Amino acid sequence: MKESNLTSKEKAVSAGLIVMFSIISLIALFPVISLVVASLSPATDLMRFGLTAELFFTNFDIENFQTLFSAEAGSYWRWYGNSLIVSGVLIVLSLFFSSMVGYALALYEFKGKRIIFVLVLLILMIPFEILMLPLYTMMINLRLVDSYFGVMLPLIVAPIGVFFFRQYCLGLPKELMESGRVDGCTEFGIFARIMAPLMLPSFAAMAILMGLMSWNNFLWPLVVLRSSDMFTLPVGLATLLTPYGNNYELLFSGSVMAIIPIIILFLFFQRFFIAGLTSGGVKG
Amino acid sequence: MEKAVEGTKTKKRRSSILYSKKAAPYIFVSPFIISFLLLSLYPFISAINMSFQSVLPGQTEYIGLSNFERVFNPVFFTALQNTTVYVIWTVIILTIIPMIFAVFLNSRLIRFTNFFRAAIFIPALTSVIVAGTIFRMIFGESDAAFANQVVQLLGFDAVEWRYGAGTAMFLMVALASWRWMGVNVLYYLAALQNVSKDLYEAADIDGANIWQKFRNVTFPAIKPIFIFLSTITTINGFRMFEESFVFFETSSPGNIGLTIVGYIYEEGIQRNDMGFGAAIGIVLLAIIFVVSIVQLYLTGAFKKEDE
Repeated sequence: MKESNLTSKEKAVSAGLIVMFSIISLIALFPVISLVVASLSPATDLMRFGLTAELFFTNFDIENFQTLFSAEAGSYWRWYGNSLIVSGVLIVLSLFFSSMVGYALALYEFKGKRIIFVLVLLILMIPFEILMLPLYTMMINLRLVDSYFGVMLPLIVAPIGVFFFRQYCLGLPKELMESGRVDGCTEFGIFARIMAPLMLPSFAAMAILMGLMSWNNFLWPLVVLRSSDMFTLPVGLATLLTPYGNNYELLFSGSVMAIIPIIILFLFFQRFFIAGLTSGGVKG
Repeated sequence: MEKAVEGTKTKKRRSSILYSKKAAPYIFVSPFIISFLLLSLYPFISAINMSFQSVLPGQTEYIGLSNFERVFNPVFFTALQNTTVYVIWTVIILTIIPMIFAVFLNSRLIRFTNFFRAAIFIPALTSVIVAGTIFRMIFGESDAAFANQVVQLLGFDAVEWRYGAGTAMFLMVALASWRWMGVNVLYYLAALQNVSKDLYEAADIDGANIWQKFRNVTFPAIKPIFIFLSTITTINGFRMFEESFVFFETSSPGNIGLTIVGYIYEEGIQRNDMGFGAAIGIVLLAIIFVVSIVQLYLTGAFKKEDE
């Protein structure tokens, strides 16, 4: 890190690396930059030519965003709201349930603990797509098709979350539970009032992960949602992707707006995210 | 000691379930058990059951193995081939390149690492639909679209990206690689934190060159993550659907973008032939299972490490 005692050869390597990663970063950011450029470019040009280099240098206007905020946006804001509701509720529910399960798997001794952990790993390996058709008939029978609850159900106790919290909780001091008992706390009280505060970094990391998963979830909502009014954002945006490209005004400005909540979520929790990945991923 | 404390202080309370150390873990794990029974085990069994049935609205009928006999048709093999090619490319790209990036980013010679890490990670925040939308624009069909301008600048003819088998695969692999690169770099960076500096110093004293240091010090430390990522990338590759959907919706010319999950969606949901769709799913599960076992065996995950 410190360049004070680098040899001249090392300095050259260092400069080379910085140039290389600047190019890589530019490639990584290019599509995102392009999206913003496209959202500020005339839809007619995009429709005819796709995204051209010239568009990066022409005068930008906010016409697409004006359309997005006008009555012509149709269901767009409804989809946005649906996604906010579904993701918000899912983050809260899944953090609550998976942390509870992971906590118990890490810190209690009880019969069947091993089996349950093996089951968690097993579900992690079975592709959701295989369970999708029976779940879909189940939703039909329970009349949950086209409902918020139907969209959320498969993610409420996400095995990835259980696994993650279990790994994290293995590192918590068990002695605190004992002192909680001495002080007359209920077992749930120990979890909620003593241990949960210690788990805050893992809650933050999981909030990002679950937020990403539910905000960007596509296949299941596509299957279970029927009416345009109930679509989540990815499903709604996908309906704008028609072969005729007649919704570009909405598509690009709408896509830019779609990234904003997830960026806010990420910026808010990011300090914990990398630490969380370390404790959850590597020990696996 | 635990017992003594409990015995004296909480004798009365122990009768209450709220204070029971025995009952608590079961209450805590109950959400998982309910969800496992209802949302995993039951659908899993009914998927197997369904695969032997002809499922029509209002009536189901057992038809033995004929769904499975139908699975092995040319369309399925096209989907299988597409998916396999996609898996091979994504596994190669998404395990090796992030490893190289992470090793460089972890080197003491580089600065601005926080910025580079963030820049590489940002694509992971986008949804496939949003990212795919912009990929479609950059790789537009017209001669004037950005990618074609570059291609022409290099002296080649403009390409109709979405309509050729090779270029369609390129688009899908590029989209996935772009989105997941940063996440995998982070995983490797996390693993690299575990490498002790002493080992490098010892290697330096022994006069090891860069490659020897990587082989004998760095790689052993990140091998668990390498195995983890190659397994996960393989499984996710076989489950691919969205990358294809965003470029082709549900039909692509000559099925160049059809994947196995896309085939399940098409048959099971769109054509409402759920028995057949379930049978494809079971075949997919078998493929993933076999490939994962072979892969874990080849990467030595089953060998006992002397850590």
